[in-house]
Amino acid sequence: MSKPAQFSLSMRILHWGMAALVLSMLAAGLLMIRSLEPWQLTIITLHKAFGVIAVVLVTVRLLNRLRHQLPALPDDLSALQKKAATASHWLLYSLLFAMPVSGYLMQYFAARPIEVFGWFRLPAALQVDIYYYALFRELHGWLAIALAGMIALHVGAALHHHFIRKDNVLKSML
Amino acid sequence: MKHLYLALLLLPAIGLSAQPPARVSAQQFVDLQQGNTAFAGFRRAHAKGLCVSGEFRSNGNLQSYSKASLFQPGVTPFVGRLSIAGNNPTAPDLKAPVRSLALSFSLSRTEQWRLAMNTPPVMAVADPHSFYQQIQAIQAGPDAIKQFFAAHPESNGFLTWAAQYQPTGSFAAETYHSINAFYLLNANGEQQAVRWAMQPTVSVASGNLLGNDALQQEIAARIAADQVVFDWVFTLADAADDETNSTKAWPASRQQITAGQIVLTGSTAQLDGDCHAINFDPLVLPTGITATADPILRARSAAYAESYRRRAKEQLQGALQESSNE
Repeated sequence: MSKPAQFSLSMRILHWGMAALVLSMLAAGLLMIRSLEPWQLTIITLHKAFGVIAVVLVTVRLLNRLRHQLPALPDDLSALQKKAATASHWLLYSLLFAMPVSGYLMQYFAARPIEVFGWFRLPAALQVDIYYYALFRELHGWLAIALAGMIALHVGAALHHHFIRKDNVLKSML
Repeated sequence: MKHLYLALLLLPAIGLSAQPPARVSAQQFVDLQQGNTAFAGFRRAHAKGLCVSGEFRSNGNLQSYSKASLFQPGVTPFVGRLSIAGNNPTAPDLKAPVRSLALSFSLSRTEQWRLAMNTPPVMAVADPHSFYQQIQAIQAGPDAIKQFFAAHPESNGFLTWAAQYQPTGSFAAETYHSINAFYLLNANGEQQAVRWAMQPTVSVASGNLLGNDALQQEIAARIAADQVVFDWVFTLADAADDETNSTKAWPASRQQITAGQIVLTGSTAQLDGDCHAINFDPLVLPTGITATADPILRARSAAYAESYRRRAKEQLQGALQESSNE
């Protein structure tokens, strides 16, 4: 079976939709843990609700990816570079799962049910476990830094392919 | 034309500079509260307290105003905490200007309610940034705080209360106020702005109390002897009341509804009790209660979260060190 020149339309929509969501979530997260302004409650409530959307989307995205043929990486990349590219993509997927899951677990162990757009609430522990709260709170912060770093690498690599190597890698996602 | 652009660019800066006070972050706020030496593992504010347990006996009077399950007639248990203001977990009880009662109702896996109440019925200032300056003034001394209040006429309501407030001889004899207003939501979707207070059912003169932990010892002995009861009284806002301004007391003529009684039946030292792990963030609300736009109320979540994150991390580190030493 020959490999397509481009990612499928569903994969491109999911990629760019999640890119917008993830950047908004990172920005909201950084703002809301610092701000004492009246909109802080609104932002944090939305951040938690969109976290639920994020975990649904990344699940859909993973399943969608597994049933699609991906475009081949350029032939002039070394085997090591190809391995690094693939590894970085799986690391990004792992972080996209780990972010909402750690966020939910820190709320769960702080016994704070999550309100999802007024539709329903996600359950939390009946009693607080401060140690697990601390673990997942710190993890959520470290994972956010790791994700921001991986996104920077990902964007940098895409731009490198497009402007320096002048290959088809970025175009295949447009 | 260039000058016009420049002027336009500068406009927001002028707007910002004309708008005191300086904006502070949750981290700066908690830094100020904890002072130069943080007490690891303890709350950065109201660090000294004890855990209490008990139940809310609802008479059902509030159920037509809020669909929160605990307002139906019946009994709901809670974990609570009595505390004094300040960053020091070993401070003398009787020196603190403010006493507090916090409650946590774990209603179900999807419904939690945390309440954090203090002895003053109103705030001295209406926004978190001015509150930051107020704390700075308190730390700077009597002259600074006098100056601060003079520059903040909105503190009149608070000062009127402070002038007549007499600390009692017991946590059981204080009145604890929500300070901020909240909305009650009923099944028809109607909302009503309210404040509430836990009103004591005993009076205890101050006077024969002694020692660093006088209030803690008094309340522990009192609860061991008999239950300690408060009436949970809601005050309903009128159209004339601004529910977003926590510096203004509402007129005494406003309708009041007693929702039932808060009954304390047990107490434990905080390090041995369930309350120590809880962040009593008053924005953890069940269905049937929502937050108003009060800027002080809206600032509480982020500040409490920062304090909670710091002490939770310290507790985790402490526990990990302990287990590696074994």
